[in-house]
Amino acid sequence: MQKSTLLLLLLLISVYAFHVGQKRSQEIAQGKIKNLHSLPKYYGYYTALWAFLPALLLLFIWLGFESPVINHSVIETLPEESRSLSNDLKGLLINDIHNSLSGSAGETKPELKAAVEYLRDLKIWSNWLLSFLAVSFAFMGMYFARSRIRQGHRARNQVEKTVMWFLLGSSLIAILTTVGIVLSVLFESIRFFGKIPLSEFLFGLQWSPQIAMRSDQVASAGAFGAVPLFTGTLLISSIALIVAVPIGLMSAIYLAEYASLGFRSVAKPLLEILAGIPTVVYGFFAALTVAPFIRGLGADFGLDVSSESALAAGLVMGIMIIPFVSSLSDDFINAVPQSLRDGAYALGATQSETIRQVVIPAALPGIVGGILLAASRAIGETMIVVMAAGLAANLTANPLEAVTTVTTQIVTLLVGDQEFDSPKTLAAFALGLVLFLATLVLNILALHIVRKYREQYE
Amino acid sequence: MSNQKEDSKYSNQGIRTHQLVKAGLPRRRAKENRFKAYGLICIVAGLGFLVILFGNIISHAWSAFEQTYIALDVTFDESIIDPEGRHDLETLTTADYPALLKKSMSALFPEVKERQQKRSLNGILSSGAPYELQRFLQQHPALLGKTERVWLPVDDDVDMLVKSQIDRTVGEADRRLKDFQIAWIDKLIADGRLEKRFNKQFFASGDSREPELAGIRGALMGSLFTLLVTAVLSLPVGVASAIYLEEFAPSNRWTDIIEVNINNLAAVPSIVFGLLGLAVFINFFGLPRSSPLVGGLVLTLMTLPVIIIAGRSALKSVPPSIREAALGIGASQMQTVFHHVLPLAMPGMLTGAIIGMARALGESAPLLMIGMVAFIVDVPGSLTEPSTVLPVQIYLWADSSERGFVERTSAAILVLLAFLITMNGLAIYLRKRYERRW
Repeated sequence: MQKSTLLLLLLLISVYAFHVGQKRSQEIAQGKIKNLHSLPKYYGYYTALWAFLPALLLLFIWLGFESPVINHSVIETLPEESRSLSNDLKGLLINDIHNSLSGSAGETKPELKAAVEYLRDLKIWSNWLLSFLAVSFAFMGMYFARSRIRQGHRARNQVEKTVMWFLLGSSLIAILTTVGIVLSVLFESIRFFGKIPLSEFLFGLQWSPQIAMRSDQVASAGAFGAVPLFTGTLLISSIALIVAVPIGLMSAIYLAEYASLGFRSVAKPLLEILAGIPTVVYGFFAALTVAPFIRGLGADFGLDVSSESALAAGLVMGIMIIPFVSSLSDDFINAVPQSLRDGAYALGATQSETIRQVVIPAALPGIVGGILLAASRAIGETMIVVMAAGLAANLTANPLEAVTTVTTQIVTLLVGDQEFDSPKTLAAFALGLVLFLATLVLNILALHIVRKYREQYE
Repeated sequence: MSNQKEDSKYSNQGIRTHQLVKAGLPRRRAKENRFKAYGLICIVAGLGFLVILFGNIISHAWSAFEQTYIALDVTFDESIIDPEGRHDLETLTTADYPALLKKSMSALFPEVKERQQKRSLNGILSSGAPYELQRFLQQHPALLGKTERVWLPVDDDVDMLVKSQIDRTVGEADRRLKDFQIAWIDKLIADGRLEKRFNKQFFASGDSREPELAGIRGALMGSLFTLLVTAVLSLPVGVASAIYLEEFAPSNRWTDIIEVNINNLAAVPSIVFGLLGLAVFINFFGLPRSSPLVGGLVLTLMTLPVIIIAGRSALKSVPPSIREAALGIGASQMQTVFHHVLPLAMPGMLTGAIIGMARALGESAPLLMIGMVAFIVDVPGSLTEPSTVLPVQIYLWADSSERGFVERTSAAILVLLAFLITMNGLAIYLRKRYERRW
């Protein structure tokens, strides 16, 4: 039986268990529900939970241990010389056997034939045993719960407690995600820094991660100085912010202070569409239209513009983050109390003077928070730079040249073949760590400023 | 005396200030108008970018919904298809269809004799044309031995020429089609044998190296499976954790940490989630690479913060009086939340969830990390088969050098945008329809 079918079967059994529990409680109540501690349906839920949860637990444990146990016993059947192999070779052998079973390896090697047969039998056995055990667990749970139903049985409290655990567990997933990110990135980074010193990574000016695949190959040993990536990222992000901050801020001011309600209700959602367009679309736009356009424009002025110029990527990224700046700024400008504006008007200030000298300074922390969030978005943006920025790690501040970014390098290092013991692959995780830390600092700073500012006027 | 003096001094000053203010007024008014104009210009610029972006994509995309087909009079010669006279399905599958096509092409241009020229003549047809012919004959086996006019796809270069996306004025050496080929094509057009028809292939097939055979079906199915996993996992977990944090969590350090943590996760770059998926789901748990299952798990972790934040604000907007009334007539806390608060907050939560799903649908960077960038021809049929998703397909096609892929990339983008607009429209509709002001 397939695992998904089994899961479905378990669900069906629990629906049945719900009815069993409900009916049982009604029998015990002898027609008077007030005799029961909880409503009959809670006895139903109680029985259903007892039917479902233990069987589910069994299923998960089985899934966790099935393949190691099977692999181990398959190895045991192999001849002596295969059993004494190193762990890596054993893994390869197991892979061979699995592939022959699924038919993707083509011809089965004769010496593995017995093992393949054995594996097939084991798999079938394991499946049937699991199905049998899980279903019997479900029924045992159901009958156990049914036998516990009494008049004073506090079913509701127990059901509610279980639900509470589920709610708590769900909210912990967010924490687990963060822990997972930190651990996965950190472990691989530590392995990386075991091979390449941290100082070289942080201060080295050379980035050429292509490492010789074979030891006898004549090639560079690879250089892992990430400074050109950092400057490239900063260059593109700064261009993006130079585009986005004035446009976003002025749009927000106009929408919040000048625009009529009708105009605002049309223009604001339209501007926000810019943030909802998938980044791969921007990347395509940047590579296909903007970059050649800028190149042509540069040629008209006699400038030599690279076809993967930082300017094109930055410009398009700037368009993308306009809404991040504008909608947060808009919120904060709206949050400035009307009394401040009235005070300025009473002193004879014009509207623009009020905005520039009263409203903006009052909303400044919030606006800065919004800009920081936009900056973190720009630094972490991937698809636009992968598609429109270059791969060559140039250490330059010239926006017309091609630069590469941290995210681009992560993608190029990890797409394709991966070897988890070469510094080339591990470098991607080290870059990921830097990226995570940088955006984390920006986010925490921004959220802190925003939160503090919100309290100020509430 | 002195009073009068001071009065006149002040009034003089008053007049002077008044005059100063008055003199400054035009300048200040101009400044005011300029400032207002800047704001308007910026909004127009923002909206202008939007229009340019959409205009650009649509102008590239519209031609991809049509594909050029050639009318060939194919003789289903029994001596070629079924030389041994076996009359079974096997022979129809393995028959030499390219030979049939070559014959029909030479029938059209009998003057072409030289080998090299013949090869380029046959190059007018798509390399998928034999398969089309095979499918056609399998559907109409009665045609065996007869001659029938069949519409077959042409090569992408020819397609581009017919759609006038290849510049004929460029020198011959810089063109992919030579002058004699263009002459053939012009003759075919004049004979009415080349025709643009609706591009069914684009919606019906998986990826291909040949633009004229490539379609988005595989990517669409991959996206569907991935989103299915994301929805099934992130909806219950997101709603549950929003409920816990908003309704049950004691306000202490832990809850604060969880809250800050969720806000941070919402702003972590998506590519970092890809690294997490690679390290945890693929390397540690050994789940199959490139599969919608892993993609869905990664996107779940990514959309959870969005759903939780939206869910919390929806719960927050339900007034406390509802809770108090329910508690007052003896409902337990759990009953209050699930019977009274949650139904009222559900539209808001759903809106947030749909927006989160839309973001997940458009996401590609983390999926590159977990190997969903492979070149996959087959349409995936389950959660564990290797597949790709629509945005990644767009990325892959955008990288291809063939001219024919440009319009197909744009068309795929249009399809993606259509899905996103539908989802966001649904979210807006839900909000408008069920929004309640207390």
